[in-house]
Parts: sequence; structure tokens; C-alpha cells
Amino acid sequence: MVYGRDDATLWTLLTPPTVWALHFLFAYVAAAMACGETPFALGPVRVAIGVATAFALGLIALAWRQAYRHWGRGADRPPHDAPTDEDRQRFLGFATLLLCGLSAVAVVFSALPAVFLSDCR
Amino acid sequence: MSGATLDRDAARDEARRTAQRQRLRAAWNLSRGWRYFANVNNQVVGLWYIITAFAFFLFAGVLALIMRAQLAVPENDLVSAATYNQLFTLHGTVMMFLFAVPIFEAVAILILPQMLAARDLPFPRLSAFGYWCFLIGGCFVSGSIFFGAAPDGGWFMYPPLTTDTRLSGIGTDIWLLGLSFIEIASIAAAVELIVGVLKCRPPGMRINLMPLYGWYVLIVGGMILFAFPPLIAGDILFELERLANWPFFDAARGGDPVLWQHLFWIFGHPEVYIIFLPSIALLAMIVPTFARRPILGYGWIVLAAVGTGFLSFGLWAHHMFTIGMPAISQGFFSAASEAVAIPTGVQIFVFVATLLAGRAVYGTPMLFATGALAIFVFGGLTGVMVALAPFDWQAHDSYFVVAHLHYTLIGGMFFPLMAGIYYFHPFVCGTMLSPRLGRWAFWLMFAGFNIAFLPMHITGLRGMPRRVFTYPENLGWETLNLVSTAGAFTMAAGVLVLLWDVLRPGKPKAPRNPWNAGTLEWVAGDPTEPWGIRSVPPVSSRYPLWQQEGLLAGIDAGAYYLPDAREGRRETLVSDPLDATPRQVLRVPGDSFRPMVAAVLVGGCFILGTFHFWIAALLSGLAGVGAILAWLWTGTAVIPEKPEKDAGMGLTLPLYASGAASVGWWAMFITMTGDGTAFISLVFGYFYYWTIHPVFPPAHAGGPGLLWPLLAVAAGLAGWGAMLAARAANATGRVAGARAALALAMLFSLAGAAAFLLGPWRTGLDPTHHAYDAIVWVLVIWAAVHNAVGVLMQGYCLAGSFAGKMTPTHDIDLRNVTLYGHFAALTALTTGAVVALFPLAS
Repeated sequence: MVYGRDDATLWTLLTPPTVWALHFLFAYVAAAMACGETPFALGPVRVAIGVATAFALGLIALAWRQAYRHWGRGADRPPHDAPTDEDRQRFLGFATLLLCGLSAVAVVFSALPAVFLSDCR
Repeated sequence: MSGATLDRDAARDEARRTAQRQRLRAAWNLSRGWRYFANVNNQVVGLWYIITAFAFFLFAGVLALIMRAQLAVPENDLVSAATYNQLFTLHGTVMMFLFAVPIFEAVAILILPQMLAARDLPFPRLSAFGYWCFLIGGCFVSGSIFFGAAPDGGWFMYPPLTTDTRLSGIGTDIWLLGLSFIEIASIAAAVELIVGVLKCRPPGMRINLMPLYGWYVLIVGGMILFAFPPLIAGDILFELERLANWPFFDAARGGDPVLWQHLFWIFGHPEVYIIFLPSIALLAMIVPTFARRPILGYGWIVLAAVGTGFLSFGLWAHHMFTIGMPAISQGFFSAASEAVAIPTGVQIFVFVATLLAGRAVYGTPMLFATGALAIFVFGGLTGVMVALAPFDWQAHDSYFVVAHLHYTLIGGMFFPLMAGIYYFHPFVCGTMLSPRLGRWAFWLMFAGFNIAFLPMHITGLRGMPRRVFTYPENLGWETLNLVSTAGAFTMAAGVLVLLWDVLRPGKPKAPRNPWNAGTLEWVAGDPTEPWGIRSVPPVSSRYPLWQQEGLLAGIDAGAYYLPDAREGRRETLVSDPLDATPRQVLRVPGDSFRPMVAAVLVGGCFILGTFHFWIAALLSGLAGVGAILAWLWTGTAVIPEKPEKDAGMGLTLPLYASGAASVGWWAMFITMTGDGTAFISLVFGYFYYWTIHPVFPPAHAGGPGLLWPLLAVAAGLAGWGAMLAARAANATGRVAGARAALALAMLFSLAGAAAFLLGPWRTGLDPTHHAYDAIVWVLVIWAAVHNAVGVLMQGYCLAGSFAGKMTPTHDIDLRNVTLYGHFAALTALTTGAVVALFPLAS
């Protein structure tokens, strides 16, 4: 599992952007399918995208909490370039934190079209 | 101790070191004379790769100059419309497929091992095989223009123009088959480089100390695995439509040309970042060297590389804003296209901040680096403009887009690469390029580029469409086009200055580490020493040459790991991915013609197939498979003469590792990830048809039914179970049981393959009738071929067991084949579920 880990790995690093990718794919596929069937109504899809967005942001928040712990809760500042287990862990935690921020912004970006567009035209 | 004893000790030490150097030199010695082309060492193959890719760049550049000459004045008749179509198609194709991507692989193959203090990458013969594939496929595609047979449908080959064999000739087949062949080389390089970065780092080079170039290579390798396979899947569908009339993209028979656009751009947009990131990676190495300080914001660069790698996959449909997608779909792609500007911008701020915080010294590489940033920022800004769908509707297919894409690619890829050429030239050739000629080259290229492409924004906004071979007078385009042409030739003059500087004799010899850089590739003093690095140092910092005192002297004295080649074999260290703890001394294979022979035969299959010489193509392909098997049999998973050896510094390491500890297992895992992506792309095609048809499967289709697909899945899973049993039996020493299980696995896999094909066959699905029939056929063929390849691998293991190549303790092959089996079983299961069960659900 990538959550609830004591050690940061490359997989925990890749978790937040993977959440973005799945959210993006879900929003795109859901809208494409809805528009293929009934060309003008997007109501349920917009709700579904809203729920997916909340879920995705929740997963990113969990990843953030874990990464913050791996980072040592800010006990030490970057560059984290010592040849120790501790600095390797803090570096991965820090990079994951940054990716959480980017992924959260990208998820919100992907959700915005569903806020503003109400039909398939 | 007396002075005489000290002298004797010193003399003995020196004699020992001399002997070590001689043995290392003998093991790594380059093949010369007629065997020169048997070389597989990364230093030689990397150089061939770079020279070849650069030659393709010059070729595509000449095509561009001919186009600019044609467009210099209105109503020009220098070339015909037909020739012009071939020119722009080949220009785009060659620049992207034969220059931009291969030059990344080339540079990485050349410098990555040195940066990681590895003697070579883990699969040198695979690199050589990739190179030969690239050379053969590249010459085939490029050479077609001399016979007037070049592809002429644009570098993205949109159907239905290109699926109609009356409207597009053999050029389209050359494009499809030639490039598919080259994509094999790209995936081979991705496998090699990912395993190289993760498993071949020097002891102590933890993931937080890795050179940033390594991070970029890792990300880009991963991107190749997810970006290239959709194109390969698309190529398969496309070629089946052209050769066998299977209507994947024919709207009249249930297909859809837009499916091709999706598959092409799912490849095509990440591709832009696949060529951008490795070039920016060069800047991430150059900027700290010239700022005289470590990079500021290492973690932020990792964020940017990973973030760009992911986000770049959410942009593909912004190339398709004008096809009539629902506005909400356009919104998603527009949003992701804007979001990707964030990580891209982060990298640029990191570079600027590092320069500001350091004491920057200027040299030719920095000139190109700053020029790159200026041009790229401009291209990025127009990118933000065209990412907005309403603006894109206005600018689409106009010269505005031509200007935008050249600003991003030349600023983001070409100029950083030029910086890299000036920076790494002493490392590769041992001589310094001239700073004076460098300034000339830079200003000619920089000025020429802007003179050529800046006016194109206006030309485009004034309505000039792309890909027109000429234009009438009095539309306000004449002066702008003439200026662009003058700029293009100015830029070409800059390239010529660089070329002259590289080729001219009598350049001064470079001192060791001429830029006073901090990373390990600059340990290499004399590029004629074949061993890469004299001894592999323990690393404890990001810039070892700056931060670890006495390191260079220790390396040269052979004080660290692997200072010797006692058994006369080529060896390099393998370590674990996170903390780079040494795990194994890996023996890498030496020079051989086998990779070249395999590439020629496999290439022959593609090339002969293009011209419909089916029997010859089949024979060439079978011979190619035979050549690959011979290469594997003689050169891989070799059982060492002793289980472990002294790796230096008091460390003893095993010589053989199998399962997840072996580099081959990782290579199989990575290859099959790419293979899985291609399969998912085909499945995507199936569901894409489902979304565009009101009734799917269509009413006429009575297949493939339940019986045969489910039997096929059952047989496939039984074969997989037999493989697991074989692995377990072999590991516990029950060799006879393992052999029996392997034979059983072969039988089951063969039965599964046959049952898959029997499904659509027995239920009368006609692949030329409707896209549904065709996509079902493609999916079952894909699954059947995976079963058949599995049979070949199982047979290989069985033969290995009888020949003594594979034993209970030496089971690399069996473990790798079982790993393949996991993926093949998943493929069979998914195929069965999609073709047999999904129709029930819909």
C-alpha cells in the first residue's frame, strides 16, 4: 500500500499525480459517455465529477499528511542532501509534499469545466 | 620502517596498479578494424547514435530550407505541390522520430553511465540492437524521398486521406512500418535507461543524491513506456486497414478516423515533453557548473520533472480542439494544458535562482542556455494562448501554430542540446570547441531563428494556413515570408559554423574537467581509456567532485570498488534503487555482431513487408527471431565460474542474481508495462467504438460468443498455473517436475492461442465488414500472439534446463518467463472479459 507507510518510496512519491491522472480520466470518460448518449444534459455527470473531485482531494490530503510526516514535519529545511536514511526520507517527503500541491491544483483545474458548463454543446 | 622498505612497498603498489590497469584495459578494449561495428560499449554506441541522429537533423534541416526557399516569394515553382507535401511530412517526421527522441537516447547512453560511475549500462547489446534498428529504419524512411515515394500525409498521417490507398501511395506504408520499427529502438532504450538509473548507481548515491539528469532520464523513460505503445497500437490498426481493408478508421463501416487522432496524440503530446525534459536536464547539469554552486531547489526540479511527466498525458486532445468535441471535454484538456505551465515554469525559476545565487561565469554553453530560456519562455506564452480553445479555433492550422511549436521545440530542445554539445564536447572528444566560433554560431542561430519564426506569428494571424506549397500575391504575406526565409538560412549558417568547429582539425586538447564541474562524468580524463572509470567511488554528496575531498586521486589510484578485472571480464556494480547499496557484480556481455544481425533481419521483415514481399518478409522475420534466440542463448544468464567475488574495499558480492534482484527481471517488468499499454490502447479502441455507436456490438454480429473465448482464458490461466508450478518445482530441486510443468504450460498456451482465434472464426466475424468484427479480431490475435511468444519462452527454458544453462540455483530465465506469464495471463483474462462478457453487459 502507498498509504500508512513508515518509509517514503518512489511509489509514495508518485501517488498524488496518479490521483490527478485517475480523476482526469474519470472526468473525461464520464463526460464523453454522457455526451455520447444524451447530447444536452450533464446534470448527473457534474455531480459525479464533484464527488470524484472531493474524493481525489481527500486522497491527496492523505498523501500530504503522510508526506508531511516523512518530511519530519518541517524539522529540517532542504536541500536534504546528506547521505543518511533520514535525509533520503525527508527529501522524498518534501518532493511528495510539492507534488501534492501541484496535483491538488491540477485536480481543481480539471474540475472547473464541470462547474461552468451545464450541457454538451 | 626503513626508507628502502617504503620504496619497495611503493614500487610494489605501483606494479599492482599497472597490472590492474592493463587487465581493465584488456577487458574493456574496443574492437578495431573490421570488428569495429561489433562494439557494444556505451561510449562507442552512444557516439554512433549521436552522429546518426545529428545527420538526420541536417537532412531534415535541408528539407526545411527547400521549403523556405519555395515560400520565399508568392507563386513560386521551385518544387511541385506533391514534392512539397513530401518535404513537410518528412521534415516533421525526421525531426521528431529520427532526431529529437533518438538524440535523447544517444546522449543518455553516452553520459549516463559516466555520471553514475558505472562502467556501462546493464544491457549494452540491447543498446547496440536499438542503434542498428534506428539506423536501418531511419535510412529507410528518409531515403524514400529520393525515389519520390516519401510519405506525404503530414507527420500525423490523418485518415481518411492516408488510409485510402488511391490517394496515398507506398509512402504511408513506409512511414507506418519504418517508424514502428524505430519505436522498438526507443522502447529498448527506455528499458535500458530506467534500469540503468535505478540499479546501476555507485555505492551510497541514494535517491536524494542522484544527479538531476538521472531523475529526468527516469521520468522520460517512464513516459516513453506509456506514450509510444499507443502509437504502436495505432500503427497496427492503420496498417491492417491499408493492407487488409479492416475498417478501423472508415466511418462508412463503423470505424472512426478520430480514433486515430486520439491514439496519435496520446503519443504525440507526451512526445513533446519526452524530448523537452531530457534537454532541460542538460541545463540542470550545466547551470550549477557555471553558477559555481549546487542547484537551488533540487526537490523543486524533481517536482517539476515528475509533475510535467504526468500532466503531459492530459493534454493530447488540445491538438483536436477543432474536431467538434463537446465543450466540456475541451475544457478538461484546456485546464490540463494550463496546469502544465506550473511545473514547466518552476524549472525555469530554479535555473534563474541558481544563477542569481551563484557567482556565474559565462561560457559558450551558458550562452546557448540563456538563449534557450528566452526562446522557450516566448513559446510557452504562446502555448498558454493556444491552450485556450476559443483562441485555438482562430489560430488552428495557421502559421501561428508553426511559430508556436518551433519556439517551444527549438527553445526547449534544440538550444539546450547545443549548450550540451559545447559542454560535453571535451568529455566525448577530448578537445575544446572554439569560444569565438561558438559566439558566432550562437548569434547566427539565435538571430536567424527569431528572424525566421517571429514573423510567422503575424503571418498566421493574417490567415496563412500551414502546409500550403505556395500562395498568391497581395495577401500581406510576401514580406513576412521573405524575412522568414532569410532567417532560416541565417540559422543554417550558424549550424554550419558549429559543424565546422566540430569537424576542423587542430583543436586544443581539453584539460581534465575543463569547466570545473562537480558531477562524476568529469572524472573521465582521457576519452580513449575504454573502462569509463578507473574505480567506482563511494558517493556521499550531490556534487562529489566539489564536496568529497581527494576523491579524484582515490579513483585514479584504484582505491575504490572494482579496480581490477581479474578474470578478464567486463563488470559493473548493481545496487538497490533507493539507497544504492551494492548488491551484485554484474558481468555485462562483450562486443558482438549478433545485435546487428538481429536488427538487419527484423528490419528486413518490416521493409520487405512494406513492398508486400510476404514470403521473404516472413522468412526474414523468422530468421530474426532465430538470431535473437541465438544471441540470448549465448550471451545472457551465463552461470559464473564462482558464486561471488571480491568487489574491492573489503566487499564481496554475488556474481549471479535472479528474480527481482536481477536486472533482467526489471527489464522484463518494464518491457511488459509498455506492452500492457499497447494492449490497453487496443481495448480503448473497442470501448471508443462502443461510445460512438448507439448499438454495440452491432446487430449483425453474432460473435465471438462465450465458448471459445472462455476456453481460451481457461487454457491461458492453466498455462500460467503450470508456469508457477514449474518455477516452484525448479527452485526446490525437482528438475524433472519443472520440465514436465514447462511442457504442460507450452501445451496449454498453444491451446489457448488456438481457442482465441477460433472464437471469431467459428462465429463468422468478418474483419473487413465492420469495425466491431475487426477490433475483436485484433484483440484475440494480440492475446494469441502473447500465448505463442510465451510458448517460445517456455521452450527456451525447457531447452536451457536440459542443456544445463538453467538449474535450481541459476533460474533467471525461468523467473523472467514467469513474470512474462503474469502479464500474458492478465492479457488473456482481459481479452476474454472484453470480447465475450462485455457484449452480455451491454
